[in-house]
Amino acid sequence: MAQIQGIDVSLGYEKRIVANNINFEINQGDYLYIVGENGSGKSTLMKCILGLEKAVGGSIKYGDGLRQKEIGYLPQQSNIQRDFPATVQEIVLSGCLNRLGWKPFFGKKEKEIAKEAMRKLEISDLAMRSYPELSGGQQQRVLLARALCATSKMLILDEPVTGLDPYAQEQLYAMIYKINKEEKITIIMVSHDMEAAKMYASHILHIGGEKCVFCTKQEFIKENGGCLF
Amino acid sequence: MSVLEMYVNYLSHSLVRNAIIVGVLIALCSSLLGTTIVLKRLSFIGDGLSHVAFGALAVAMCFSFTNNMLIVLPVTILVAIILMGSNDKSKVKGDAAIAVLSVGALAVGYLVLNLFPGKNSGNVAGDVCSSLFGSTSILTLGGEDVWICIVLSLVVIMFFVVLYHRIFAVTFDENFAAATGIKSKLYRYLLAIIIAVVIVLSMQLVGSLLISALIVFPVLSAERIVRSFFSVVIASAIIGSLCAFAGIMLSILWSTPIGATVVCVNIIVFILCILLGKIFGRK
Repeated sequence: MAQIQGIDVSLGYEKRIVANNINFEINQGDYLYIVGENGSGKSTLMKCILGLEKAVGGSIKYGDGLRQKEIGYLPQQSNIQRDFPATVQEIVLSGCLNRLGWKPFFGKKEKEIAKEAMRKLEISDLAMRSYPELSGGQQQRVLLARALCATSKMLILDEPVTGLDPYAQEQLYAMIYKINKEEKITIIMVSHDMEAAKMYASHILHIGGEKCVFCTKQEFIKENGGCLF
Repeated sequence: MSVLEMYVNYLSHSLVRNAIIVGVLIALCSSLLGTTIVLKRLSFIGDGLSHVAFGALAVAMCFSFTNNMLIVLPVTILVAIILMGSNDKSKVKGDAAIAVLSVGALAVGYLVLNLFPGKNSGNVAGDVCSSLFGSTSILTLGGEDVWICIVLSLVVIMFFVVLYHRIFAVTFDENFAAATGIKSKLYRYLLAIIIAVVIVLSMQLVGSLLISALIVFPVLSAERIVRSFFSVVIASAIIGSLCAFAGIMLSILWSTPIGATVVCVNIIVFILCILLGKIFGRK
């Protein structure tokens, strides 16, 4: 069975439905791009998958040993975070919280996981640095490391390269791709960046009004004749 | 008589010692909670709640309850839960709601006090002034009050120590915490209750208008000089309690109002911290 299966999902704010009949299936190791215009419901779908909001209709099923709370999440940054007094280590470690159960404090195991995550994202040398002092790209890698601490199966990323310079964007994309390939961690990416989707995606879910398309990247490009919208 | 002899003389009275213990504990709790309140940008909720507590106190006073806390505490907790429970989407409305609530509570409280002065006090202006700006009542605390205060402070400190990592996670990023299975809502409500308790407690020390100062200043000062969340928490607890201690001592020396003196000490320390931060190259 797939890790996540969406059947006839409808999304909406309050009573207005913005997207209908969304069907998709995500298997382990997939790299899914959720694309669509602003207000099409991309972020809402993502929040439904994470359990932060409820879909208006249809159902989202979790399988293949994946539980909803085991999904790592890279949210868009808020202003609160940008000048939050915390060290990189504190933030990454906080991703291990869902492993603690009822224990109040982190043990050796959690600290090891955090260390490993920082190593993977090449931020080990920043561990004791203060978060607001970092560049945008470094901050995103810190949050990605935190998300990695929370999961070994699936990551959801919400427009992760917004506001980064081109070099930092490339670097972040490359790291996400590496995580996908080497760790076999499923990636769901909410994004505007069609160029990147063409490069990295294995599947594409296009949301927008009547037409919601779910297919592999090759089909998508063929269907749209290389022109993606 | 030298200053030292005078202090020795004062400290031999248990009432003065009680006042110092209670004052420092209250300041400690407020500054601990202040870290999450300020960093989550909820300072205005603290301010609003203190006015609500004033309104509740006014109503309690005119009914001449034996223990005002029985009214003030539940009302403040209830309002805190309502305010904190409103989700992010209604933030703009929430902002105005707090303004309405706090000004409303202030006005109603003052009106009620004027219309129905309590049986055991004829001095409305005095009552109002002392509940707004703190009173000498901290110098008349009985043993029972002190114990209540000590127990509640310990509860707050325990809450903070045991849930420290969860508080960090929820303060830094509530959505991420919720998505990975942390019960953000639960901690929100717990936090609301604790904030209400601390505010009602600190009304005795600085009065309802000045409470926010105890909550906000130590954190802002700490933020200027240290960089990790852990050290901000520790530094703000230390700054908060030291300022309270120094403030109480000074107010004894100069016979100034306790609340205002404590807050002024906090302001001075805040300015010092800004300078220190500038000198050592922090923001």
